[in-house]
Amino acid sequence: MFDGLDALMLARIQFAFTVSFHFFFPAFTIGLASYLAVLEGLWLKTGKQLYLDLFKYWVKIFAITFAMGVVSGIVMSYQFGTNWSVFSDLAGPVIGPLMAYEVLTAFFLEAGFLGVMLFGMNKVGKKLHFAATLMVAVGTFISAFWILSVNSWMQTPVGYEMGANGQFLPGDSWAAIVFNPSFPYRLVHTVLAAYLTTAFVVGGVGAWHLLKDRAKGGANLHARKMFSMAMWMAAIVAPIQIVAGDMHGLNTMEHQPQKVMAMEGHYNSYPDGAPLYVFGIPNDEEQRLDYAVGIPKLSSLILKHHWNAPIEGLDTVPDDEQPPVFLVFWAFRIMIAIGMAMMAVGVWSLFARWRGKLYDWPWLHRAALVMGPSGFLAVLCGWITTEVGRQPYVIYGLLRTEDAASPLAAPAVGASLLAFIVVYFTVFGAGVWYILHLMHKPPHTGELGAKRGDKGPIRTAGITPGPTQDPTDATTRDLSGTKHEPEEAP
Amino acid sequence: MINVDLTTIWAFIIAFAVFAYVVMDGFDLGIGILFPSFDPGRERDRAMNSIAPVWDGNETWLVLGGGGLFAAFPLAYAVILPATYPLIIAMLLGLVFRGVAFEYRWRDPSHRRLWDFAFTGGSVVAAMAQGMTLGALLQGIEVDGRAYAGSWFDWLTPYTLLTGLGTVAGYALLGATWLIWKLDGEGQAHARKLALRAGAITLVLMGAVSVYNVLLNAEYAERWLTAPEIYFAAPVPILTAIVAVSLLRAVTKERNSKPFWLALLLFFLGMAGLGVTIWPNVVPPDVTIWDAAAPERSQVFMLVGVAITMPLIIGYTAWAYWVFRGKVDDEGYH
Ligand code: HDD
Ligand code: HEM
Ligand code: HEM
Repeated sequence: MFDGLDALMLARIQFAFTVSFHFFFPAFTIGLASYLAVLEGLWLKTGKQLYLDLFKYWVKIFAITFAMGVVSGIVMSYQFGTNWSVFSDLAGPVIGPLMAYEVLTAFFLEAGFLGVMLFGMNKVGKKLHFAATLMVAVGTFISAFWILSVNSWMQTPVGYEMGANGQFLPGDSWAAIVFNPSFPYRLVHTVLAAYLTTAFVVGGVGAWHLLKDRAKGGANLHARKMFSMAMWMAAIVAPIQIVAGDMHGLNTMEHQPQKVMAMEGHYNSYPDGAPLYVFGIPNDEEQRLDYAVGIPKLSSLILKHHWNAPIEGLDTVPDDEQPPVFLVFWAFRIMIAIGMAMMAVGVWSLFARWRGKLYDWPWLHRAALVMGPSGFLAVLCGWITTEVGRQPYVIYGLLRTEDAASPLAAPAVGASLLAFIVVYFTVFGAGVWYILHLMHKPPHTGELGAKRGDKGPIRTAGITPGPTQDPTDATTRDLSGTKHEPEEAP
Repeated sequence: MINVDLTTIWAFIIAFAVFAYVVMDGFDLGIGILFPSFDPGRERDRAMNSIAPVWDGNETWLVLGGGGLFAAFPLAYAVILPATYPLIIAMLLGLVFRGVAFEYRWRDPSHRRLWDFAFTGGSVVAAMAQGMTLGALLQGIEVDGRAYAGSWFDWLTPYTLLTGLGTVAGYALLGATWLIWKLDGEGQAHARKLALRAGAITLVLMGAVSVYNVLLNAEYAERWLTAPEIYFAAPVPILTAIVAVSLLRAVTKERNSKPFWLALLLFFLGMAGLGVTIWPNVVPPDVTIWDAAAPERSQVFMLVGVAITMPLIIGYTAWAYWVFRGKVDDEGYH
């Protein structure tokens, strides 16, 4: 099936495939964990059943996503050794400790409190349960912190010494390694990306139920609340993200100029003002951008803040030091387009809110629905820009990808790649299906949360369900047994 | 000299992580292995619920074992994983199946049988692959320079098959003793039967692996059978025999949690035996822990982290177990 690909190429495809899958899940759980913490906090503060219902609605989705994130993450932590053993040996002394810190400070925290968060509400009481939710949310952030530090060090390596045995050894200061030049930008940009991804998923689900509801003439307060919260996030975070992305790009230009040349499609140098290409087919062979459509001088304005600033192109870079341009160029454009579209939806929602029509404009809801999964695509494209743009190096400027791979034979890697593809698509495909199924159901008063066996054998076995388990009961109780009257329409 | 001490400390930390992993994920993999023998209705639900709140934490020890090896002994990580490539991939895929089954089986009642099968299949494959990886390590890995130099099927021998099966049986024993503790009534009676069977098989396989070890390798034989080493080594098999007998008695004698603790002790002794066998190598026969160690700066940096976080981790993990203490009741974890 993979004839003609060598072990190196197969290993790269395998890594890219598995990490792309993995990242979809954290991109969602980082944001969703925070959202859940906010919902539970609001519930504790206001006592409104609505928030508890939303919490329970999303926590089920969270549980499935988290499980997928964990199992795909464990695969990642072993792939460094299985497929990039030379890299692991050489870079282990520097990045190994950072990844160990991730396990110690983040993974244990998440995993330790996850059980309580999902199943422990009537065992530990509200306050402690909220603390557990917070710990999980904090854990996801700490996890992003360390792993992005690792990735950023590979992009902009500093603070190391070369050992006699060829290993990269830590220098005097770990802070220099952890807070390497691209790290702050990447952390901010990626965490904001996770928030946006989540906001658009939540907003999309809210919009979907608003649209369905309208057909029936109802007014689902839960869907309204979700949609409104998500649109606030979109309106506030999308513009910040664009600014953060711009700063990230400027930082990249300083440290990885080839990557920016590829992102911009600049095969040539422009001594007096470079155009911003909005379209083009990169042609690495001929070193030119075919069918290029560009806006004169705009690239210089963005990158150097001056119309006529000279900009160097890939003609200044030897061929074997250039990243493949096509993927980088297009992935970058797709990400930007989505960022702009996100901001547009955010602004539109502000306008609708100002006019008091947030829940009444079907076209706004349709747009939000279409944008629901867009965060995932943007995140994927962002990573492709980052990682492919770093080629041909794994440790930028120092260790080439081709020199980093394990001494494996092509059939072994081919077989494992095939296994990953089959298993990931079936297993995670099923998971996504279950999630869509949950999203399809409208949120309602008296949600069940991550309880087991909503319809399952636990109840059919004849055990009396707890008071919350009866959705037909008009007065519902939260898990601690407090009574709540049904929510009034505001 | 300092470096020597740090490296030894790190060897013990990694050994601790591996041990914690083996016993904690061991019992939940074990429940996966035994799953088909439970009645598909309430018994399976309860068995699953007895580990649902803790499995993720248990599996995190695997990430610490692997990640810790990467950080503290990068060379060992870079040699062992390519040498056992198919086993590691099989283990990871097995863990994928069983990890998602925890969620999926509740979300999709019409395919519950399928996910139950995935839970068992994934658990068996993961356990077998872990045991075989251990065997592959013990029988020795060929290294040239800083890379694996053996051939592609070195990991597949009668010996590794034996260690693989031993691990499956051992995990099943742990799982069964956990269920004796967490279940009551019929479920518990069933778990007792399983524990006896798994216990007997585990002991036979443990014995076989030990004998094989001594026959396989002259150096190992010397360690176990000549003075003065024998004075350090001999207590291990003797204690193992004592623990084994008390374990089987505790299982039959209506004890609640005792069988589980004794099974842990059994694993601990197995681990100690392993230590005696390979020390001070990390990749037998040639790579010692000092050859593979990360530089002192890396070790110190991480040690600070471990010293601060490990007590906290153990604390809140214990708390999480405490929250879900006692028998699983039908709505207990919901
Ligand atoms: C919802 C997700 C999302 C959105 C809307 C955007 N990005 Fe992004 N971008 C990411 C998600 C992302 C990411 C997945 O988080 C990346 C991958 C690695 C990283 O650091 O962040 C990324 C990388 C990335 C890079 C590569 C930096 C490097 O590797 O050196 C640049 C220059 C930008 N982004 C710039 C932008 C700009 C100018 C945007 C606004 C229009 C934008 N991004 C929107
Ligand atoms: C922050 C953690 C990450 C680390 C440490 C990391 C590290 C690596 C390494 C070691 C490689 C293999 C060498 C290479 O081919 O460049 C690689 C390649 C790659 N990674 Fe990442 N990566 C990370 C995150 C991601 C994410 C989240 C994605 C995508 C969603 C991604 C996408 C890719 C792609 C597409 C390649 C293949 C590039 C190519 O071969 O041309 N990476 N990365
Ligand atoms: C190659 C790079 C990566 C490796 C080796 C890796 C490793 C892992 C592992 C082992 C887990 C499971 C932890 C557990 O047992 O609970 C995990 C989960 C997680 N990872 Fe990754 N990861 C990588 C990339 C990333 C990136 C780029 C991010 C975020 C920016 C990230 C964020 C998370 C989060 C938040 C979790 C928690 C579970 C979840 O929500 O999915 N990881 N990762």
